[in-house]
Formats: sequence, structure tokens, C-alpha cells
Amino acid sequence: MTDQAKAPVESTIDKVNKTLARRYRAEKRFRLYGMLSIGFGLLALVVLFTDIISKGKGAFLQSYIQLEVTYDSDVLGVYDVNDEDQMALANFEGVVKQALRNRFPEVSSRKDKKELYQLASLGAAFELRKQLTADPQLLGKTETLWLLADDDIDTYYKTIGGEEFIGATSDKQRAWTKSLVDADEIELKFNINFFTRGDSREPELAGIWGAAKGSFFTLLITLVLSFPIGVAAAIYLEEFAPKNKWTDLIEVNINNLAAVPSIIFGLLGLAVFINFFHTPRSTPIVAGLVLTLMTLPTIIISSRAAIKAVPPSIRQAAMGMGASPMQVVLHHVLPLAMPGMLTGSIIGMAQALGESAPLLMIGLVAFVVDVPGAINDPATVLPVQIYLWADSPERAFVEKTSAAIMVLLAFLIAMNTLAVFLRKRLERRW
Amino acid sequence: MQTANLIIVLLAMVGIAYYMGRGRSFALAKPLGGIRHLNSLPFYYGAQTAIWCCVPSLILLALWALFDEPIITNVVLSGLPEAIQPQTVADQNLLLNRIENIASGALAAGADEQALSAAADRLNGLRETAQWVLTAAILSLAVLGGLWGWRRVSPKLKARNQVEVVFKSTLLACACIAILTTLGIVFSVVFETIRFFSFDEVTITGFIFGTEWSPQIAIRADQAGASGSFGAVPLFVGTLLISFIAMVVAVPVGLMSAIYLAEYANPRVRSTAKPLLEILAGIPTVVYGFFAALTVAPFLRELGESMGLDVSSESALAAGGVMGIMIIPFVSSLADDVITAVPQSMRDGSLGLGATKSETIKKVIFPAALPGIVGGVMLAVSRAIGETMIVVMAAGLAANMTANPLDTVTTVTVQIVTLLIGDQEFDSPKTLAAFALGLMLFVVTLLLNLFALRTVKKYREQYD
Repeated sequence: MTDQAKAPVESTIDKVNKTLARRYRAEKRFRLYGMLSIGFGLLALVVLFTDIISKGKGAFLQSYIQLEVTYDSDVLGVYDVNDEDQMALANFEGVVKQALRNRFPEVSSRKDKKELYQLASLGAAFELRKQLTADPQLLGKTETLWLLADDDIDTYYKTIGGEEFIGATSDKQRAWTKSLVDADEIELKFNINFFTRGDSREPELAGIWGAAKGSFFTLLITLVLSFPIGVAAAIYLEEFAPKNKWTDLIEVNINNLAAVPSIIFGLLGLAVFINFFHTPRSTPIVAGLVLTLMTLPTIIISSRAAIKAVPPSIRQAAMGMGASPMQVVLHHVLPLAMPGMLTGSIIGMAQALGESAPLLMIGLVAFVVDVPGAINDPATVLPVQIYLWADSPERAFVEKTSAAIMVLLAFLIAMNTLAVFLRKRLERRW
Repeated sequence: MQTANLIIVLLAMVGIAYYMGRGRSFALAKPLGGIRHLNSLPFYYGAQTAIWCCVPSLILLALWALFDEPIITNVVLSGLPEAIQPQTVADQNLLLNRIENIASGALAAGADEQALSAAADRLNGLRETAQWVLTAAILSLAVLGGLWGWRRVSPKLKARNQVEVVFKSTLLACACIAILTTLGIVFSVVFETIRFFSFDEVTITGFIFGTEWSPQIAIRADQAGASGSFGAVPLFVGTLLISFIAMVVAVPVGLMSAIYLAEYANPRVRSTAKPLLEILAGIPTVVYGFFAALTVAPFLRELGESMGLDVSSESALAAGGVMGIMIIPFVSSLADDVITAVPQSMRDGSLGLGATKSETIKKVIFPAALPGIVGGVMLAVSRAIGETMIVVMAAGLAANMTANPLDTVTTVTVQIVTLLIGDQEFDSPKTLAAFALGLMLFVVTLLLNLFALRTVKKYREQYD
């Protein structure tokens, strides 16, 4: 005790002052960590978007080759365009091949010719068929047409003068493409196929219209089922449920279901809807049922929040005027809570639109070429189409996949913007 | 009549019933001096009549849809001659399929299959009759019910109370769908899991503790490399490894973002950064999968090569890292909620004693918010364990037991998807194994969720 008294007295404020610099540094560091974390998150977002866009922007354009095509009766085997049998068997590919041979007369060996034919897509023959069917006068005439190029040629053409090309083209094919480029006989046009066709094994013919329509039907079913059921459940739980074990159980259940991995719902769909109720596999109807069960908890939870936000004074006023509890809810609470419920449902629908894991199990991965026309046609949905294309070995599908992702994200952003807009516009603060 | 048309007709009848019931209430009210002498509003009399019109017939329709097909096939099967009566369930299904195809005209019956084509005719006939009987029954029930409801309309009838009881029961039924869903999940995975464990080559201990996973079942006895062993430990290890990597990314970043947004950021930064971060949560997982498989994995591979490391092109690091990015907003928004729920008085107290902001956060706010944060992190772990698309696209199929993040591992969800994509044979352990894995996944995530939700809820109540 006495020693301390002799030593120069260090007051508390000195002690504090000594450590202040260190503490302020710690403070700054801590703050920096926070900023770095947010920066990391935002950086990830930016990298993700630029990566997808840079990979996918090319898919909206497609290479076309200019060729002089002769609708030669002998090559086609068509002498009368109105004869359906002749048209069905018509050799339009032969016409395309002939046009290619005429363009590159120097190609002679069998092997080279085979490589030459690969410049044009199968879609070129389809296009010629369409042209001839539309205008029978063309038979025997020669036309200069822009025909769809093969996916490898397309990928190669897009990389000329740019990044390194990785793909399956031979040296000769590249030389031919170069000569087409020099003669201005290959060019990029808007890729209408991508927005109007279904899936295909040929990347240049593959489109998202089939998947988009499948997604539309699926979401339609999901919305029609989950919105009324979700709202009804929320009304019951919020307004009528007595406080007992049974309603507690329902509550715990709903909260839990919201956190169950989505793949489990796929197992449920497979075991219950497909194996037990024999719902047709690979259709929007079964996908819609599974997604309904999946989005219900989201909709119930947000609807309950919306109902809770309606002030009790509204209920009391209605009760005071002699309304029954059901009338209070249906005439007063529900209309006031509707904007909140709609917002929640749109967000739930956006989730359902992006969901793919449970759908893999109920057959939505089937290769479907035809665009679905009804809810019980075989179909696939956008995210599953993305998964399927991402798995395809063809280089050109990378571009298509990224473009499909851009379309999907555009839909999601539109839906979320709508939800935010509705919330801002309609939701009342009490 | 087709069932779809039948429902449309029924709907029209319900509409008519509503107007008739409502009209009758007006008619009855007139001599009494207006609708205020009725017990309920005319709407409720109409609704009452409409309910009587449609509910009984809808119940009949549902029952019919459930029992129609089994009864018809039973009748057809029992009508077959003794000689071709199927012996086993599989035989029976085959036979039924064949009859079905003949009946629909997709297949022609063979010359020696007189009995089958007779059965097919019988099937068609029975179906047609059934449809007619159904139409007649439904329509007459609807008419009778509607009439009954219409006749009941009287000024004293408590129509509103009755209609409200029906409404309320409907609401209750909708709320119970959540329970039915859970029951459906439990039953579907449990039943298939029991069937899985009833095979000779699988045992429960072998499944939970076995270290070799190769679900391919040998088709021939002498086939090489197809042992069909179901030891799920490598899958658990892989799942934990990837989830751990995801958490290493998501928890610090998410937590620090939440702290910065809640405690430091001015309102303007907060109102832009928070929604931007939450975009990450709204991006579909298939997009992350594509990003992980085609951008991050090759990048990591090249990076590893330049440093002399051998990185697999389907490394756990790529899948886990991208999954972590996906979970950042999940952690940050949950943590943000609990941090903002800490009462201001605690902050003021600490700052008043001279603590810096970061000291307040570390020593006061963080401990106070800890239970809630732990709950949030556990929810995030359960998300990571159950996440499917990222790992399906970016992680491998090889069931390696390794803790090396640069190696390929596989996860429970990847195996479920792989086993169930394509041909599903519900009599082979290969397909059923997916359900056993699903059960494990369900139980583990359920426990995590229950615990986490309870912690979060308790915490919320503490400061409310």
C-alpha cells in the first residue's frame, strides 16, 4: 500500500487515454470489417450478374449463312407441292447440301463434303419446307436466302477477333467460315428461335418458349390453389382459432414446413401424387401441386402478418355495428389485409418460379420438344430447362443457358418489383 | 358426361340454386313487410341453398373418384377365366396394363387372347356405364339438395349461422392442409424407408455406419464393380464438409453485414445496401449452380494449378463457397432482426460508460443477441444441408470420405436426385435408398429447425 503511494500517481483518465489510440484503431478495424462484408456480398452480386450477362448476351443473336438455294424438283423429289405424300418425304436437306456444294465447288472428297454439310443447321431444311409450303410457286426457282448456321459455326463466328475459341470445328470448316465472313455471306441476326421454340438437341434450334409456357401453367395452378387455401388458413389461424394444443400444432407445423428442404417436397410428390394418385408424370399439373404445398407456408405466414397489421379498432367498430365475426373478417379485415396478402403471394410465386429441385423428381426433366398446350401436357419449366442445358456437353448451350437465366431473372425481378410497388402503393400505415 | 363438363354443369346449378334461395327469401319477406323481418340477410338464404346443392354432390364426386377405378378393375379381373388369373401383384399389373392398352386401342389383342379382348370390352363398357351413373347420381343429388335447401328457406331459419359454420369449417380444413402435408411427407418417406430396410442386402446399422456407398445393384451375379453397398457415412461427411464451407463464408460475412447495417450505416446506405444484398436470396439456386459449375470451379482449378495445387473440377470448395454466398442474406437478415430487437437502453448504458461503439457491440449487444443469432445460424445450417441444385450441378457423384475441400465429395441431396432421376423401380433398393436418405435429411433438418425456431421465438419474447 505504501509503495503505491510513493509511485507517481496514475489517474484513471491517464489509463484511459493510454489505451484510447488502440481502442479507436479497433473501432476503425471493426467498422472496416463490416464494410468489407457488405462489399463482399455486393461484389458477389455484381460478379454473378456480369458473368451471366457476358456469357449469355450472344445467345440473342444467331449466325445465318447466305446461300443460293434452288428448289430443284429432282433433288427434292417433289413435283407437285400440293401432294402431301411427296412433301412429307421431300429431301430439303439435299437442297441445302446442293447449295453448299455450289457455294464451295472446290470441295470434292466425300469426307470433306460431310464436313461441309455441317455448316448449315437442320433448321435450314425446316425453313425451306416452310417457305415452299407457303409459296408453291417457288418450286424449280433459285433464291438467295439467309439460312440458319450450325451451332459450332455460330460459336466460332462469334469468337472471331475476340476470345479464344473452344469448340468442335475442323480446320477446313473454319477456313470455309472465314471465306464466308470475307464475302459478307455470314451475319448475326436476332435469334427468334430462342423465344419461339421448345427444347432441341441442336443448340441453334433450342428455345425457351416451351419451358416458359410450362412455367406459366405450373405457376397458374400453384396460384389458383395456394392463394385461396393460404388466405383461408391464415384467416382461420389469426381470427377464429381457439388457443389450444391443436392450433399450436398447426402453427409449429407451418413454421417448420417453411424450413423443410425443397427436395423433400419432391419425394412427397413422387410418393403421393405420382405413385398413389397416379397424377400424370412430367406435367404442369403435378408440378403445380408440389409447388402449392411448398409455397403454402410462405403465403400463410405473410397473410397472417397482413391480417395482424389490421388494427383492432376496425374489428371493434364492425362488431359494434352488429356484424358477426365472419362478417367482420370478410367485409372489413380481409379487404384491408389484401394488399399485404397479394405482396406475400407474389413473393411466394417468385420462389415457386425459381424452384427446380423437387421438380427433378417428378419427371419435369424429361426432354420435351413440343410446346405444351394444356396443363396435362408433358412439359418442363424454366429453371429445370436451365439445369438441363447446363448439363449438355455442346459448347453453344452455355450461351443458351446464360440467356435462359437472364430471362428467368428478368421475370423474377419483374415480380419482385411488382410486389414492392404494390406494397408501397397499397399498404396502409395505421 | 365428362367429369370436367359435369363440374361446369354443377357450378351453373349452384348459381341457379343461389338465386332461387335468395329469391324465395325476398318472396317470403314481402308479406311480412321487408327483409328486416327475416332472420338473416337474403344473401345467406341464397348461400344456404347453394351449399345444399353442391356440398353433397361434391362429396359423392370425391368418393366416386377414389373408389371408381379399383372397383372396376376388380370386377374386370374377377371376370377373367381361371387359366389366366394373375398370381402375383406384378403379374396383375402387367395384365391390367395390357387390357388397358387393348381397351384404348393402342394394342391389338393377339389371336389367342379372346379372353383379354373380352375383358377390354368389359372394361370399356363398365367405364361408360360408370360415367353415366355418376352423371345421373350427381345431377339428381344436386337437384334434390338444392330443392331441400330451397324448401328450408323461411323467415325463422338461421341461415347466416349455418352458412358461417360451413365457411368456418372450410377455413379450418384449409389450415389443416399444413398438417396433412407434414403427415404426407412423414408417411411417404417412412413407408419407402421401411421397404428399403426390408431388403436383405441393407441393414440399418450398415446404412448409418457403413463407409462404402455404391448404390448400383448388380444385374448379373458375376458383374464387376457393382456391389450395391449402402453405407451412407461418406454422404454425411460430404454434406457436412460442404455445409461447413458454406457456413465459413456465410456466417462471418452475414453477421458483420448485419452489424454494420444495424449499428453503423446511415439510413440511406441501409435502405440501398439491404435490398441489394437480399437480391442474392432471391436468385434461383439453379443459377448459383450454373455459376459454381461453370465459373467458380474452373477459376478455382486454374488458381490451384498456378499455385501447384491439385484442385478437382468438382471441388467441394466451389459448391460450398457459392452456397455460402447464397446464404449470406439469409444470415444477415435474421441477425439484423435480432440485433435491432436489442433494446436501445442497453446501447445507451454501455455508451454512457465510455465504451466505443465496437466495444458496445462486442460486449453488450452481441451477447444479448446471441441466442437469436445462434437460432438464425442453425436455420442457415439446415438450409445448407438441404440445398440441392448447387451441389447437384457443382459437386460430384464420387462418394469420397475426405475433409479436403479441394477434393470431390458428394452429398445426401445429390444422391437423392441421382437415384430418382430417370427410371424409378420401386422394387429395387437403389430407388428406395433415396427415400431412406430423404428421411435422414428430413429428421435432421426438422430437429435443427425446431430447435432454432424455438430459440428465436424465446429470444423475441424476452425483449418484447
